Parts: sequence; structure tokens; C-alpha cells
Amino acid sequence: MDILLFMLDNLSLIGQRTWEHVSIVGVAVGIAILTGVPIGIAITQSKRAADIVLGIASVIVTIPSVALFGLMIPILSIIGQGVGYLPAVIAVLLYSQLPIIRNTYVAITNVDPAMREAAKGLGMTTIQRLMRVEIPLAVPVVMVGVRVAVVMNIGITAIAAYIGAGGLGTFISRGISQTDPRQLITGAIAVSVLAIVADYFLLFIQQKLTPPQSSEKIDG
Amino acid sequence: MIRMENLTKVFDTPGGDVTAVNNVNMEVPAGEICILLGPSGCGKTTTLKMINGLIPKSAGKIFIDGKDTDTVNPVQLRRNIGYVIQQIGLFPNMTIEDNICVVPDLLGWEKAKSRKRAAELLELVNLVPSAFLKRYPKELSGGQQQRVGVIRALAADPPVLLMDEPFGAIDPINRAVIQDEFLKMQKELKKTIMFVSHDIDEAIKMADKVAIFKDGILEQYSAPDDLLARPTNDFIASFLGQDRTLKRLSLLSVGDVKFGEEYKVHGEGDLANAIGQMKELGHQNIVVTGPQGRARAFLHLNDILGKKGVIEEYRQALPAVANVKEDLKTAVSTMFRHDVSWLACVDDDGFYKGYITQKAISHALSAIYRDEKQNTLR
Ligand SMILES: Nc1ncnc2c1ncn2[C@@H]1O[C@H](COP(=O)(O)OP(=O)(O)OP(=O)(O)O)[C@@H](O)[C@H]1O
Ligand SMILES: [Mg+2]
Repeated sequence: MDILLFMLDNLSLIGQRTWEHVSIVGVAVGIAILTGVPIGIAITQSKRAADIVLGIASVIVTIPSVALFGLMIPILSIIGQGVGYLPAVIAVLLYSQLPIIRNTYVAITNVDPAMREAAKGLGMTTIQRLMRVEIPLAVPVVMVGVRVAVVMNIGITAIAAYIGAGGLGTFISRGISQTDPRQLITGAIAVSVLAIVADYFLLFIQQKLTPPQSSEKIDG
Repeated sequence: MIRMENLTKVFDTPGGDVTAVNNVNMEVPAGEICILLGPSGCGKTTTLKMINGLIPKSAGKIFIDGKDTDTVNPVQLRRNIGYVIQQIGLFPNMTIEDNICVVPDLLGWEKAKSRKRAAELLELVNLVPSAFLKRYPKELSGGQQQRVGVIRALAADPPVLLMDEPFGAIDPINRAVIQDEFLKMQKELKKTIMFVSHDIDEAIKMADKVAIFKDGILEQYSAPDDLLARPTNDFIASFLGQDRTLKRLSLLSVGDVKFGEEYKVHGEGDLANAIGQMKELGHQNIVVTGPQGRARAFLHLNDILGKKGVIEEYRQALPAVANVKEDLKTAVSTMFRHDVSWLACVDDDGFYKGYITQKAISHALSAIYRDEKQNTLR
């Protein structure tokens, strides 16, 4: 009951923190799509390059987020941004690379060779083939990667509260330091709800982008 | 017109060089259908894909309408050559309409023009445009997809069409329907077509000329009837099958073999005249025609020998007739069904046009000699 009251009293604060949270994840994943998709496409040209890039991206994901924030403090301090919004966005950007690059790479390499041959045989250039056939066919699989990145990073962003990035993690960190279960639980619930809502929203977009009757094959 | 000169393809594989196509020379005249036939792995697909440059050739030249394809940008070349791939290859992310319009869109046609063309083409293959234009490939049956695959290749009206087993993935009944549709279409469009097939009957039915490959070598390049009648070596003979002579039945029409159009009696004619004609030619039967010249009945010599009177009294109904347009397969089948050794031939309006006999058919098939004197009505 306490918790409910606390939530009702602080609705506008929850809204504001949610917005901070969304803006970190949204901006970072947005940039990650803009970088990860072209990288994923580029590495389809060379198996060696693919192995190296996917290897690096996998290593990044294994770095604990607390360690990554810690690493960035001295580096970003040089430009006076050691804590706050920027390191949070950079961390999320880095963590998002693996699911997005990998899913793009897998999706493009798995495009039916018959599609590629038909596209080439009908007179498409390499770029036209990518834009008109391969990327549209890859979109549903890339979207799965984006969903993974978003859900994963909504959790990671909660920890970014410790470097002053704001967001819903602030409730959690304050809850712990002030031993206030109301704040702690409010933060935890809000993070979970945000992750679920974001996942469903992206699933909806993914289905919109999938040609009819093939979603069951591509999803998951 | 497609011409190949010393066309060769050697694949460099880990297991050594594989000569997939070996020094092939052939020409497909404008407006004709050439079918590449041969056992699996003999180099049909490789030959086809070298024409539009999907597989780079190792040696030789290819000319399309007299132009060396090496001098043309490959992308431009492919936009001017219709291509139907073996696996149909419709793009699942595009509607049927957009699939058909792929090449017109690449060529920068106006939308209105290309979309109108898509609807026309769908009608050409008996698919209702309003029902299909906005659907996606997954929502079509295999046969419908195959039709769309073919018209997509025709969308920008290319003079040359390459097809790799375009009717492979469908059941025999639908295949026959699509083959017939395609032949009808080709009669109007007169494209120069090179087409890979596994199916001898399909080749015989559809090709103007058949090219038989074995191990990358062009073994024989002939018109279907010639091929069946005169295979140049044992491999081709056995590839065509022991029943190759019977296959020719579907290539020849009744009109090719019938004769004796002048040999008939009028229904109101004289019996003695009929007996005279039959004796003179040594025939046992003669066709009786009506006042306009339609085949009405026949007389049998034994029934009228030594008799006097009118033809009316002795004539018998014709058990069956053969239309001059139908193929010999149908005519022979009719003969066996009615247990007769000859049939009167008629045109669409029923006018008497001569007759065919089993003997005449076997002579036409053996094609070694033809002795008109043997063609008697027994
Ligand atoms: N990319 C390739 N690399 C190496 N060898 C190849 C390649 N493509 C084809 N071959 C070989 O070339 C030969 C001819 O192949 P091709 O695909 O032209 O045969 P095909 O006549 O079309 O056979 P099918 O009727 O089975 O389709 C085969 O021996 C095949 O193994
Ligand atoms: Mg083949």
C-alpha cells in the first residue's frame, strides 16, 4: 500500500525518469542501428572480417556494465563528460552492437541464394539488390536483434544511475542507499514494465515490416 | 537471335578442373524456342547462365542479335534478357504487381505504364489482375507463382528469354496447361527463347529445336522430329528412349499423313462406279460423301460385289473420323478404340479430306521409305 501511494505521489517524477531512461536507450540503440546494420552488411563480404568483428562485439558484451562505466570515467573526463548522459549512451551503444550486427549479418547471409540470383539475373546492380531485396528481407531478423538490444539495455541503463545518468535506476540506487524499499520497488517495477512495453511495441513494428505469412519463420 | 561460338566453361574446383561446357557452337534463330536437354550435370544451366553473364565464360563468344555480349555492360545486358530461374525466385517482400514490375522499374518506366502492363500480363496467363496484383508470392499456389515468374521475365518486353526449367515445379496436369498457355503466348510474342528442360516430352512439344548435351558437349542440335527420327548416336537414341518412334506420333498431324482426297463416291452415285474405283485401286472400302462433300459413310467391297442398286442401301456408318488438325497420337488411339485400320479425315466443318491408314502412319514414322502404292484401304 505504501508503495502504491509512493507511486501515485511521484507520478510526474516517474514519468520524467522514464523519459530520461527512454532517451538514453532510444538514442543509443538508434545510433547502434545506424552503425551496426552497415557493419553487419559490410562483413558479409568477408568471412574473416565477420569473425573478427563479431568476436570483438561478443567480448564487449561480456564486460560487466559497472566496469565499462568505470573505464569510461577517466577517458571521458578529458572532455569533461566523465559521468552523466554521454557515458551511459556510449555504453548502451557498445552493448547494442552485438545483437544488431550479428542479426544483420545472419539475415543477409541467409537470404535465399535464389533471391540473389533472380535479382542479379533481372539486372539489379549490387546496391539495388541490397536496397530492394536483401535488406527488406533481412529487416524482420534485424528487428529481432533490435528488440534484444533494447530489452537488454533497459536493464543496463538502470545501472547508469550510478554515474549520474538519471533514469529509472535513480529510484533503485536511492532506494538502496536510503534503505527505502518504496523507491527500490518502484524503480524495479518501472524498469520491468518499460522493458515489456518496449518489447511489445517493437514486436508490433517488426510484424508491420514483415511480408505476410512469413513472420512465423523469421520471428525468434 | 542467340549465337554461341566455341563457348567453354571450366570450373576451377578443389578437386581439379571441371569442364562444364565444352566448345559449344550453336545458333537460336530469332523467334524460335530452343530447348537444352540432357542428363543432370551435363552443362545446361551453365550454358544458359553464361548468356546473361551470371556465370563468366572461360572461352568463346556469345552474340545476341549479332552483338558481342562482351561489349555490353552486364547489368544492361540482363535488363534486356528475360530470365526465369529454376526456383521461380519471386521476391517475398514485394506484391505480385511489384514483382512483375521489377525490370520496368529498373529501366525507369512510368509507374502508370508498368502497372498497366502488369495487369495485362496477368490476364495473358489467366490470372485475374484484381485478385492477384496486391497479393504476396506466399499467397499463391506453386503453379500461379510459376506463371508470375514467367511474366515477370516478359514485363519489359525483352527480345530474348532464358528459362531454367520454368515448368519444373508443378504437377503434370497444370504443367500441360501452362505449356499450352506459353505456346499460345509465344505465337504472338515471337521471342527468341532458350530454355532448359529435363523432360523429353516437354522438349518435343515446345521446341523448334532441341540441343542435347552430354558432359558439356553438344551432341545433337535438331528439330524434334528429326531428333526422334534420326538420333546421331547411341547415347542420344537411348536418352530419347525406346519409345522415341511413338513420341513422334504427337509431332505429326493427321494432315501430314492423309492422302486420297479425290478417292470417294457421292451418296447418290452409281454402285458400279464405286466397285470400279475400288477394284482399280485394290481397296476394300470407300468413303461416301454427302451433297456438299461431307464424309457421311462408307462402302465395303464385299457388301456390294455383284450387287446392283443405289449406294444408300449398302452404306455403313463411319465408326469414327479423324480431324486433319489432330495429332497422330490421337488418331492412332481412335483407330485402336474402334478396332479399325483406317479413318476418314475431315476438316473442322466435316468435309472429307482423304484418309489415313495404319500402314501410312507406320511409313511416316519409319520415314525411311514411303511407298504410296502400299497405302490401301484394307
Ligand atoms: N559453381 C560451380 N563450381 C564448380 N562446378 C560447377 C559449378 N556449377 C556447376 N558445376 C559443375 O558443372 C557441371 C554442369 O553443371 P550444370 O549446373 O550446368 O548442370 P545441368 O545440366 O544444369 O544439370 P541439372 O539438370 O542437374 O540442373 C556439373 O558437373 C557441375 O557439377
Ligand atoms: Mg540445371
